[in-house]
Amino acid sequence: MKMVDPEVMVQRKDDRQSQSPASQTVKISARDVKIYYGDTQAIKGIDLDIMENEVISFIGPSGCGKSTFLRALNRMNDTIEGSRLEGTVTLDGEDIYDPSLDVVLLRAKVGMVFQKPNPFPKSIYDNIAYGPRLHGLAKRKYDLDEIVETSLRKAGLWDEVKDRLDKPGTGLSGGQQQRLCIARAIAVSPEVILMDEPCSALDPIATAKIEELIDELTESYTIVIVTHSMQQAARVSHRTAYFHLGELVEVNDTETVFTKPENELTEAYITGRFG
Amino acid sequence: MDRMHFGQHSSSQFNEALESIRNHLMEMGGLVEKQVVDALEALLRADSGLAEKVLQTEEKVDQQEIQIDEECARVLALRHPAASDLRLIIAVSKAVSDLERIGDESAKIAAMALQLAEEGESPRGYVEVRHIGNHVRNMLRDTLDAFARFDADKAVEVAAEDTEVDMEYRSAMRALVTFMMEDPRAISRVLNIIWSLRALERIGDHARNIGEQVIFLVKGTDVRHISIDQMEKEVKKP
Repeated sequence: MKMVDPEVMVQRKDDRQSQSPASQTVKISARDVKIYYGDTQAIKGIDLDIMENEVISFIGPSGCGKSTFLRALNRMNDTIEGSRLEGTVTLDGEDIYDPSLDVVLLRAKVGMVFQKPNPFPKSIYDNIAYGPRLHGLAKRKYDLDEIVETSLRKAGLWDEVKDRLDKPGTGLSGGQQQRLCIARAIAVSPEVILMDEPCSALDPIATAKIEELIDELTESYTIVIVTHSMQQAARVSHRTAYFHLGELVEVNDTETVFTKPENELTEAYITGRFG
Repeated sequence: MDRMHFGQHSSSQFNEALESIRNHLMEMGGLVEKQVVDALEALLRADSGLAEKVLQTEEKVDQQEIQIDEECARVLALRHPAASDLRLIIAVSKAVSDLERIGDESAKIAAMALQLAEEGESPRGYVEVRHIGNHVRNMLRDTLDAFARFDADKAVEVAAEDTEVDMEYRSAMRALVTFMMEDPRAISRVLNIIWSLRALERIGDHARNIGEQVIFLVKGTDVRHISIDQMEKEVKKP
């Protein structure tokens, strides 16, 4: 199978931008992004616009660079020794790799939910309140209470935990912990939420709840989700981007990707013909 | 065509399931083709034995429809097919209904053949039956061929032929109606021929439907209810 000419790919992608199901405003824009781990190039020049209030999923075989690219969107790769990025990534038109930019503030705007639920070893209440306290979002206890309740409600967890807010977050079930992590991400009023395989450690019911949550959250947030479950990508996202060996091979409406992909590599991957 | 790589899945069971569905569809297609040919022969040669055989085989066609549909449902449930695999399952599942209907139409022709064998031949209409019958048989063969080879161009040809068959059917109908007005004693026998022609015309429609599914399978475009020209354009798109 032949590789895709990146020029053609970029052109196609731009054509499609006009039909995005979400808003027409570009939230995050990546231009010619190349990411290296030491001498290894993990991402080979990606151009992608992510629209406001859209859910976009990144799929592709292991090692294709989808998680690396996701982490580049809130500079999580900075914490990895020897990683380096070329090209530009902008959030609302501002370069997020600008040296003068406060990374902590960036990560408040672009929250992240990880593969394994990772609540702090603190009470449920403190898990949520941690971020708002850090960023000084609540002046009084009353405000903080409200943030905690709203965040838990948005994450669909309030009714399950309202009577035990002082109990440790680690005592919740896996699915609840993951929703706690989503609530924690929401608590600092982010604009974008990055999710790195958020359901891979969850059972189908907990997964269904998270997926429903994603659907509700898209009204207020832009969501970028990396998933190994193609069914999940098909269910939750407006657009799907297929990554292969560090390149963005195809980005298209999810329905198109799953019924009539334009690229042979995408077709081969989603129909299970390699990987 | 280069997009159709059935049989290269990481899962060999998935490969086998898809392969089996395709084989069963082709098997059913072959059986239905034979039904059409036999029904026509029975009608043209007033062979009631052959007509009986067609009527008996009809049940087998129905069974195959059910079997293939079950296989499709199983793949949908267990394998969650996507892209060309998904289109294959959808196309097969629709084509199977059309094949079953073609089987029904053949049975109707066989029933007419039986009646004509009992009541005596119709004074007119056999030329038209032979002519339209040949046309429709070719369409069915071509459409099954197109399915077997994922040949969208051939599927368009089948659709174009259907338009011709429709025209031939209308002109045959006019001629036979005129004949019945001239000789009312022959009406009941000529009507048997008319019903047979009607069945043949329907078989042509079903062959066209199957061709449309082939185009959907290969190109991913729904070409139902559009003109032949538009259909050609869709197929020519890269």
